[in-house]
Amino acid sequence: MTQAFMAVLARELRLALRRRSEWAQPLVFYAVVATLFALGAAPNAPWLKVAAPSILWVGALLAALLSLDRVFRGDHEDGTLEQLFLSPQPVSLLVAGKLFAQWLVIGLPLTLLAPVLGLGLGMEPNVILVLMLSLLLGMPALILTAGFASALVVGLPRTGVLLPVLVLPLVSPAVVFGAGAVRAAQSGLPAEAPLYFLGAILVLCLCGVPLAAAAALKNALD
Amino acid sequence: MNLIPDWLHRLASPPTFYAFATRAQPWLTGVTLLLLGYGLVGGLALAPPDYQQGEGFRIIYVHVPAAWMSLFVYSVMAGAAAVALIWRIKLAECVLTSCAPIGASFTALALVSGMLWGKPMWGTYWTWDARLTSELILLFLYLGVTGLQQAIADPRGAARACALLAIVGFVNVPIVHYSVEWWNTLHQGPTITKIGKPSIAASMLWPLLSMALGFTTFFVGALFQRVQNELLWRERANPWVKEATA
Repeated sequence: MTQAFMAVLARELRLALRRRSEWAQPLVFYAVVATLFALGAAPNAPWLKVAAPSILWVGALLAALLSLDRVFRGDHEDGTLEQLFLSPQPVSLLVAGKLFAQWLVIGLPLTLLAPVLGLGLGMEPNVILVLMLSLLLGMPALILTAGFASALVVGLPRTGVLLPVLVLPLVSPAVVFGAGAVRAAQSGLPAEAPLYFLGAILVLCLCGVPLAAAAALKNALD
Repeated sequence: MNLIPDWLHRLASPPTFYAFATRAQPWLTGVTLLLLGYGLVGGLALAPPDYQQGEGFRIIYVHVPAAWMSLFVYSVMAGAAAVALIWRIKLAECVLTSCAPIGASFTALALVSGMLWGKPMWGTYWTWDARLTSELILLFLYLGVTGLQQAIADPRGAARACALLAIVGFVNVPIVHYSVEWWNTLHQGPTITKIGKPSIAASMLWPLLSMALGFTTFFVGALFQRVQNELLWRERANPWVKEATA
């Protein structure tokens, strides 16, 4: 089983290495969104610092969402998905492998870029640490949830705005706790509680989403 | 042992349900009119004005039942979703997809009536209060289910995708609720609870309960009609549809 998981993971990573724009685009998108927020404000406006947690969290969420539309689409079009279902391994495990690869390719770089953008928006070093921790716990949960939603819409010719409509309400708790942790740190309060909540959400997503996404993919193939 | 009674099995078959819903419709309409009639007269005319909120409190006779229904319909939808996924019953699929637009309407009604009440009472139409926010997110969840259903052409595939989404959303609703509660709250605590004596006068309470029941029977009636439509459309090639619509 571990072998199957690793095989899926290796395949995804190899594909990502060959299509560089796949992982570069979300990063550029994230940086551009943060820049535009800064440009929309008066130069060095104090509220920008106050709004930074939510800008950085929502920006990361949208950037990840942008590329997750395609996570199962290519496999569905070229028949890889059918092959996954023919394999004797549980599909939920293979889905988990795919989504873990997505986190490595998209989630982790976004988490690493966030501190730089946080500096640009005037965050203190200790706040940036909390920002990174919150994204480290929150991004996998976001990617899992978005993976489930993209599994739901995998067979559709054009999804357009449907994927964000499905994902955004589902991830609202993660945004509340994620941005909440950063805000708590900003105002000098302990940020552990929201981080624990984020961890709990991540555990819940880890347990539930692979199963739900596998069921959604099976439904799309029927 | 037969856990599920026979009549329930038969009811799950589309023609039987169609006939049952047709027979039930006049009763549902009658009971709804009676309950809503008593509730409206009792609530808008007979009940005394609130000592603090004056006449403005009367909006609860629409607002509170609508808010209850928004959650109740979601539970019905999630229940039907589970049945549809586990037993693959067509009727449950129709119930599930028919619940979403009705539930969205109740949620929108609760939001709008709450905003109208909020302006004189809180001095603002909207505030990012926990209950308002979770109700708004509930509305988005409903809209997501409807959007997904309309995007997928095959009705069975659409219903099963919606079922998965509804169940995931159902797990998510309490998390959303507590997360935003923890985030911010201004809304008053619940006045009516099962345990203990409600902190509302009986002359105000009875019309409210009547309205709530009336909203429920209205929901069942509207649901039956939508399910009937859906069944007619899905089964349009079957002879029973021709007989039923002849």
